[in-house]
Amino acid sequence: MSGRAFVFGDDVDTDVLAPGRYMRLPIAELARHCLEALDPAFAAEVRPGDIVVGGRNFGLGSSREQAAEALKALGVAAVVARSFAGIFHRNAINLGLPVVACAEAGCIAAGDRLTLDLAAGTLVNATTGETLTFRPLAPVLMTLIADGGLVPHLEKRFRAPTTERSA
Amino acid sequence: MSAMTLAEKIVARASGRASVTPGEIVTARVDLAMIHDSGGPRRVGPILKRLGAPIWDPSRVALVIDHYLPADDPESAAIVDGARRYAAAEKLGHFFDGEGICHVVVPERGLLRPGMFVVGGDSHSPTGGAFGAYMFGVGATEMAGVLATGELWLEVPGTVRIEWTGRLAPGVSAKDIMLFLCGRLGMDGGRYQAVEYVGEAIRALPMQERMTLANMTAELGGQTGLVPPDAVTAAAVAAAGGDAGDWARWASDADAPVLEHHVFDASELSPQVAAPHSPANARSVAETIGRHVDIAYIGACTGAKLADLHMAADVLRGHRAAAGVTLLVAPASRHDQARAEADGTLAVLRAAGAELLPNACGICAGYGTARFGENVTAISTTARNFRGRMGADSSQVYLASPYTVAASAIEGRIADPRPHLSGASR
Ligand code: SF4
Repeated sequence: MSGRAFVFGDDVDTDVLAPGRYMRLPIAELARHCLEALDPAFAAEVRPGDIVVGGRNFGLGSSREQAAEALKALGVAAVVARSFAGIFHRNAINLGLPVVACAEAGCIAAGDRLTLDLAAGTLVNATTGETLTFRPLAPVLMTLIADGGLVPHLEKRFRAPTTERSA
Repeated sequence: MSAMTLAEKIVARASGRASVTPGEIVTARVDLAMIHDSGGPRRVGPILKRLGAPIWDPSRVALVIDHYLPADDPESAAIVDGARRYAAAEKLGHFFDGEGICHVVVPERGLLRPGMFVVGGDSHSPTGGAFGAYMFGVGATEMAGVLATGELWLEVPGTVRIEWTGRLAPGVSAKDIMLFLCGRLGMDGGRYQAVEYVGEAIRALPMQERMTLANMTAELGGQTGLVPPDAVTAAAVAAAGGDAGDWARWASDADAPVLEHHVFDASELSPQVAAPHSPANARSVAETIGRHVDIAYIGACTGAKLADLHMAADVLRGHRAAAGVTLLVAPASRHDQARAEADGTLAVLRAAGAELLPNACGICAGYGTARFGENVTAISTTARNFRGRMGADSSQVYLASPYTVAASAIEGRIADPRPHLSGASR
C-alpha cells in the first residue's frame, strides 16, 4: 500500500481522534472531526490510501474504538508511529486498520510518499529515498488484518460459506 | 515449571496452560465481560447480529448504564433506552441502571474475585486489578468478539513492578501516587504490560484506595494494574457478598523475572497536581499553588467513591467553598452515596455548599450537556484532563486528590490540603 503522509506529534489522544462531544453521531460524521484539534483541514484533505504518522504513544486515552474507526472511515490505509497506546493498537488490529510501530517514524515529513509492506516489515519513503524497517505483526494478527478485522474473521466461523456471500 | 508473575499465572489459568511466557500470543477465556451504555449494546449489538451469533454466556455479562446519565437530551435518552431493552432481551446476568459508575458498581456487587480474567468495554477497566483480577479494557468490536465466543487473543504481558516503601503522610492518597507516577514515568510508562503495585504503602491502602491506584493504570499506559490479593482483598470481596476463594495462590513467585522494578518512598510523597492538558503534567502541589479556580469537581470512578468523599469531607468539615467557586460532587455509586448520607459525610459536603450530581460519569465523560464552559478553570478528582474532554477547548482542568480539590474549593485557588486536614478520615 502507498499514500501520502499526514504527520502528527507525540501523544495523539483518543479525544482528539474521536472527540467526545461528537460521539453520539454516526461514524461518518464523527470522522469529519477526527484530528481537527491538531489539524482542522485533516478530514477534508486526507484521501483513501493516505497514511497517518504519529510520534510516541499514539492513540492514548479511552478505549473508544471510534478513534481507529474514524481513521478507517476517512480511508486512512495505515498508521505508522514510534509507539502506540495498547488499547488503540488492539482496536486498530481488530478493525483491520494496519498499525506499524517504527522507531524511526520521526524522520517522515508531511506529504512524503510512503509505500508499506506489512509482511516484509519495510516502509519505503519515495520522497527521501529512505527505507525504514519494522518488526511485522505476529502471523495470527496479520491474518486478522488480512481478513479485514475481527468481525469478518469471525463471520467465517459463525456463518456457513453459503450465507457468507449473500446479504 | 518456571517461576511466574501474578499476571502470568492468571493468563495461564485463563488460557488453559500450565505456564505462559511474555510475548507469546494466547487465546484466553473470559470469566466476566463488563459493558456500559456508551460502548455496549448500541455498538456490540449490531456486530453480533451481523455475525448471527448469540451471547456465549449471558450469565457472565454485566451491563452498567452510567455514561449517558443524566439522559437530558434526546440522543442520550435513546442510547440509554436502547441499553435497557438490550439487557432485557438478551437476559443479561447483571444489569445496573443508574446505580453508579461501572468500575465501582461491579465490584461492590461482589462480581470480582482474585484470579479472575475479566474484560471491560472501558479503558479504566484495570480498576478490577485492585481485587487481584486480571481486568483490562477493550473496544466494542473486540467486546463483540468476546460476547460471541467467550474468548480473545492476548499477547502475554511482562510485568512492570512498582514498589512503594514506607507510609503515605496524612493528606496524601492513592491519587497522588498515580499522578506522581504519570509525571515521572509518562503516560506510556506502563508499556501496555501488566503493572504490579507492591510494598508497605500499598498493603496499607484500603480497598477503595487500591481501586484508585489500579484505575489510573490506564493513564500510566499499562494493560492491567494488579494489587496482589491479601486479607484486605478477601475482606472486601466478602463484604460485597463474593467469595475470594483460595486468594493466597494469586501471588508472583519471588524469582519470577519482571521487565522493570521501580522503588519509591511513600513517606516523601507530597500532594500532586496535574496541569492541563495531561496527567503526565503532574508535579508537587507547590508548583501550581495559588492558581485561581472556578469549579471544584469531585466525581468519577477514580475520585468519588466513599473513601474519596471521606477525604473531601475531612478537609471541608466546618468550611464553605469560597465565593465564586462552584463545588460539584457526583458520588460514584448510589450505594456509596447512601453510605455517605448515613455516616454524615454528605451533610458536611452540603454544608460546604456542594451541589450533588447524579451517580454517573457526568462531566468526566463529557458526553452529555453537562460540560465546563469557555475559559473555565477547574480542579478535578477525575483521571484525565485532555483538552476538550470535560468541557470547552478553552477550559483548563487540573487533576488532584479529593483532599486537594476540597482545599482548593475553600481557598478559591489551588491549595495544599495538609494545613486543612481535620483528621476525621484517618
Ligand atoms: S467516571 Fe470518567 S473515567 Fe470513570 S468510567 Fe466514567 S467516564 Fe470513564
